[in-house]
Amino acid sequence: MEKPKANLEVFASTLLELAHQDSNLLVVTSDSRGSGKLAPFGKAVPGQIVEVGIAEQNLVGVAAGLAAAGKTVFAVSPACFVTARSLEQIKNDICYSDRPVKVVGISAGVSYGALGSTHHSLHDFAALRAIHNVTIVAPADNFETREAVLAVAKTEVPVYLRFGKKAMPNLSRPAEEFELGKASLVRQGTALTFIASGETVAPASDAAELLAKEGVECRVLSMHTIKPLDEAAVLSAASETGGVITVEEHSVHGGLGEACAALLLQAGKCVPFKIVGFPDEYTVTGGQVEIFKHYGIDGAGLANTARSVLPKR
Amino acid sequence: MTMLTERELKKKSVQYRKDILRIIKESGSGHTGGDLSSIDILNVLYNRVLRVTPENFQNSDRDYYIQSKGHCAEALFVVLADRGFFPKEELNTLNKFGSHFIGHPTRKVNGVEQNTGALGHGLAFAVGVALAAKQDRKDYRAFALMGDGELAEGSNWEAGMTAAHYRLDNLVAIVDRNGLQITGSTEDVCQLEPLGEKFASFGFAVRECDGNDIAELVHTFGAVPFVPGKPSLVLAKTRKGKGISFMDNVAKWHHGVPNDDEYSRAIAELDEAESELA
Repeated sequence: MEKPKANLEVFASTLLELAHQDSNLLVVTSDSRGSGKLAPFGKAVPGQIVEVGIAEQNLVGVAAGLAAAGKTVFAVSPACFVTARSLEQIKNDICYSDRPVKVVGISAGVSYGALGSTHHSLHDFAALRAIHNVTIVAPADNFETREAVLAVAKTEVPVYLRFGKKAMPNLSRPAEEFELGKASLVRQGTALTFIASGETVAPASDAAELLAKEGVECRVLSMHTIKPLDEAAVLSAASETGGVITVEEHSVHGGLGEACAALLLQAGKCVPFKIVGFPDEYTVTGGQVEIFKHYGIDGAGLANTARSVLPKR
Repeated sequence: MTMLTERELKKKSVQYRKDILRIIKESGSGHTGGDLSSIDILNVLYNRVLRVTPENFQNSDRDYYIQSKGHCAEALFVVLADRGFFPKEELNTLNKFGSHFIGHPTRKVNGVEQNTGALGHGLAFAVGVALAAKQDRKDYRAFALMGDGELAEGSNWEAGMTAAHYRLDNLVAIVDRNGLQITGSTEDVCQLEPLGEKFASFGFAVRECDGNDIAELVHTFGAVPFVPGKPSLVLAKTRKGKGISFMDNVAKWHHGVPNDDEYSRAIAELDEAESELA
């Protein structure tokens, strides 16, 4: 089995593959080729990387212009900066103007755990979900990352793709299928459903494993596409299983959890439900694994949450 | 493109000013002052400089015009209508419910390259376009019109650095230097001067001209790129409200809408200007 890589590395190598096939594909970076694992890309296809310096607003504006002139553009920058400092450029230059730029938020969530809140992006789903005309994707593992990069490169719509820098083992799943906008089934079950995204799918899967040992079979969905949301998968989870727990590396406000909650409530489905994410407080700092554990986003923590949500037996 | 004479261009400017005032008067809203300061620039660009027509607008090798000062949309709409991008009657829907002709340019209007309105966005977009042309070894150009007030937005200077870094001599940045913004003089709000020196120090080849003088504009735009290997910056000295005596250089006309009396007086002044050109 191949050694697990960071999704970031898979992104960079997949992009290089695409760049070799298509000289029209460009990567735009804001002094972020190192942190984006794009140094080999820069060496291999130097004519296909555009550096704008530490200037994220400019990164997005220039990317929009390149896309308008016919280029396939990936604008790569740490998620914390590109979705905050250049939010207006994403909103106007890309989404409102319908420029199919792929904005890539690297080292997302609390990947830069110990660097503190300036470097965390726990707001990006919320900020972008409220903007029209953007597809938001947070792949779980190396498989989904590769598939997501291949898929978004082909789309003619604005995309926000985000992932972290931790090595992510490939999840075992019933079928290796990936489609933008469609939840990926990681594990089948009926007791309840974990709907997770990005790097939280792995701990959700761990929790399901622990619960299975107690005879509680949980469904695990990787909701890699946050927007547009796979409503059918969420509604089925509520109908077919005993409850829903959403998990995300994001604030509990405005992300995957609230998207699912709004959908279920408006569909009249009041099922046992819990949003697991980052509470509205100054986020603790440390390694990503420690932070996850602190907020109960690990196998044991999520299993405990599931036990509290499941009907008492 | 039929080459219009300078006299014909001057006549166009008078007609455009009438059209601008008419649609603003009828819709009850618009950025009159900046429309009037920038209209001569737009006139010369669209009738003399830009290689863009309704016929080639979808072609990848057309020149691009990006209006960073999006609030002066009426000036752009009037010129695009005259150039045949859409029927002139459509201008009458300005600011009406559901119309594509809103207070800022959008791509729903044929001829508009990019949705603008928030300031400090156009130059970076134009840099991207110009960079794509260089990468593809094509000779099309990108022109971006900025207001002077919007130069307080730092994103312009980020984009300026990139333009110089990539030696984008197919990029022409234009500043509508009318000296006034909504609060008053640009120098009182946030000092811009020495503006030409600032752009020069960022790596632009800078030329000043009278931005309301057709002959000077024709001459200046005819000389781009001013220096091979450098982006060009046209510092177009204009007057807000230019062409109407009581609007000339008066900050309150930034988005002032003429009442019936002001409108009649303005049109009378433009009629007189027209007869002098006959």
